[in-house]
Amino acid sequence: MHAEQKADMEVAVAAISHSVEYSSNSCRVPALALIKAAVVSLFLIASTAQSEVLPEDSADAMYHSYDGGGVTVDGPSYLVRKGDNKNFSVSANYYIDSISSASIDVVTQGSAYNEQRTQWSGSIDYLHADTTMTANYSYSNETDYQADTYGFSISQSMFGDLTSVSLGYSRGDDDISSNVDSDFGETADHQNYHVSLSQVLTKKLLLSVNYDAITDEGYLQNPYRNIRVLNDPNDPSAGYNFNTPEIYPETRTSNAISASFMYYLPYRAALKAGYRYYSDDWDIDAHTADVGYVHPLWGKWILELNYRYYTQTEASFYGDLFERPDQQNFMGRDKELSEFTDHTVGFALSYKVLENGWGYLDKASLNFKYNHIWFDYDNFTDVRGNPAVGQEPTYDFDADVIQIFGSVWY
Amino acid sequence: MKRIGSLILPLVLLISGCSSIEPWVKPYERAHLADPIMRFSRDPVSDSYLSHIYQVREGARGAEGGHGGGCGCN
Repeated sequence: MHAEQKADMEVAVAAISHSVEYSSNSCRVPALALIKAAVVSLFLIASTAQSEVLPEDSADAMYHSYDGGGVTVDGPSYLVRKGDNKNFSVSANYYIDSISSASIDVVTQGSAYNEQRTQWSGSIDYLHADTTMTANYSYSNETDYQADTYGFSISQSMFGDLTSVSLGYSRGDDDISSNVDSDFGETADHQNYHVSLSQVLTKKLLLSVNYDAITDEGYLQNPYRNIRVLNDPNDPSAGYNFNTPEIYPETRTSNAISASFMYYLPYRAALKAGYRYYSDDWDIDAHTADVGYVHPLWGKWILELNYRYYTQTEASFYGDLFERPDQQNFMGRDKELSEFTDHTVGFALSYKVLENGWGYLDKASLNFKYNHIWFDYDNFTDVRGNPAVGQEPTYDFDADVIQIFGSVWY
Repeated sequence: MKRIGSLILPLVLLISGCSSIEPWVKPYERAHLADPIMRFSRDPVSDSYLSHIYQVREGARGAEGGHGGGCGCN
C-alpha cells in the first residue's frame, strides 16, 4: 500500500535533488520533454503523485465490514509489496467478501442467501527517470460472476516536480451466470480511460484533478431482479406483481471529473475538500462533495474526520411501479438507478508503532476506520408487507462501515 | 482547421515557454507538502475499499482516485 510516495524525508530529499537539477538546466529542456509535455497538455492530464518514486515495501492485513439494509459483507484483505529499491516494485493482494444478504430486493423478490466473493490482484511498477509505468491484473470470482480486469498506466513528473500527470487504461471482461438457471450465461465488457493531474499550487496547497471515461457493453442488468408492475393497469387497487424481469440497455457510457484540494493549516493539521461531477447516457447526473480534517495527536496518533455528500438523478428507464410489463423498451427498478441522496460521517485513527524499527521491520502502524452512511431514496418505495398502491413509504436505511488494519514497512 | 490552429498555436507557445518555467515553490519550501498528513490518500487499500462500497451502492463511478474491481452487488 501507500503507493506513489516514499517515506517523508525520502520524498523531500528526492524533490530537492531533482528540482535543483531541473532549475540548473531550465533553459536546456530536451525536445523529448517538450513533446511529452505537449502530449500531456493535449490530453488534459492528471495524477496523484508529486514526484515519481516507487511505492514502499510494505505489507497490510485488513478486516473490513459493511452492515446495512439487511446486508452484511465482511472479510479479510492482505497486501504484500516488494521492490528492488531501484526500478521495480511488485504487489499482490488477496481479498474476500463474505456476503449475507436479506436486502429489500431479496426480501420482496426472493429469499435470503449467503455467498462469497474472492479477488486476487497483482501489479508491477517500473520506474525510469521521472516516468512510472504500472501494469495490473485482477480476478474476481463469485458463484455466478467472474471478472477479469487488466490495466496499464503511465505517470510523469515535470516542472520541477510541481506537476505530475498520468494516463491509464483498463479493460474488464465479465462472465455472468445464474444460481437458479443453469442455462443462463451472459457476458459484459468494461473499458476505463483515466487521466489525472497533481499540482503543487503553493507552499501549503495541493490540487488533484481526476477524469474517468467508462464504457460498458453487454449484459448490464441483474438476472435476479424484477420490476414491479400493476396487475391491472386500469385498476391500481388490484395490486402489483414482480413477475417481469428488468431490461437494461446493452451499452452505457459515463464521464466523471473531480477536483480535490489539500491545505496545510497554520498549525500541524490538514484540511481537504473535494467535488466530483458525474454524468452518463442513462441520464444519471450525480454530485459528490467531501471534506476532511487530519490532525496529529500526542506524537504517535493521527485523527481524521470526514463528511461526504452524494446525490443523483434517476436513470431514464427507472420506474418504481410500471403500468404494464411492456410499457417501455427498457425498464429497471434497481434502487441504485433511482433518485436519492446519501450522507457519510466518519473518523479514522492511526497509531504509529516500531518507529525506530525492529529487526527486519522499519516501522508499523495500527489503524481503525469507521463510517456511517445514511441512504434516503426519493422514488424507490418500501413494499415490504405488500402495502396498497399509493400507500408505500419511500425507502431509507443506514449502514456501518468498519476497517481495522495493520501495516508494516520493511 | 482554423479553429484547431488557433488552439494549437497558443498551446505550442505555452509549452515552448516551459524552458523558462522555474518551480515557484522552491524545494526547500516543501516541508509542509512532504508531511504525511498532506497525502490525498494515506491508505490507498483502505480508500480503494471505500470506493468499492460506494460504487456498488451508487449510480456514479470513476474519478475517485482509486480503482476497485469485481461486482459484489446486492
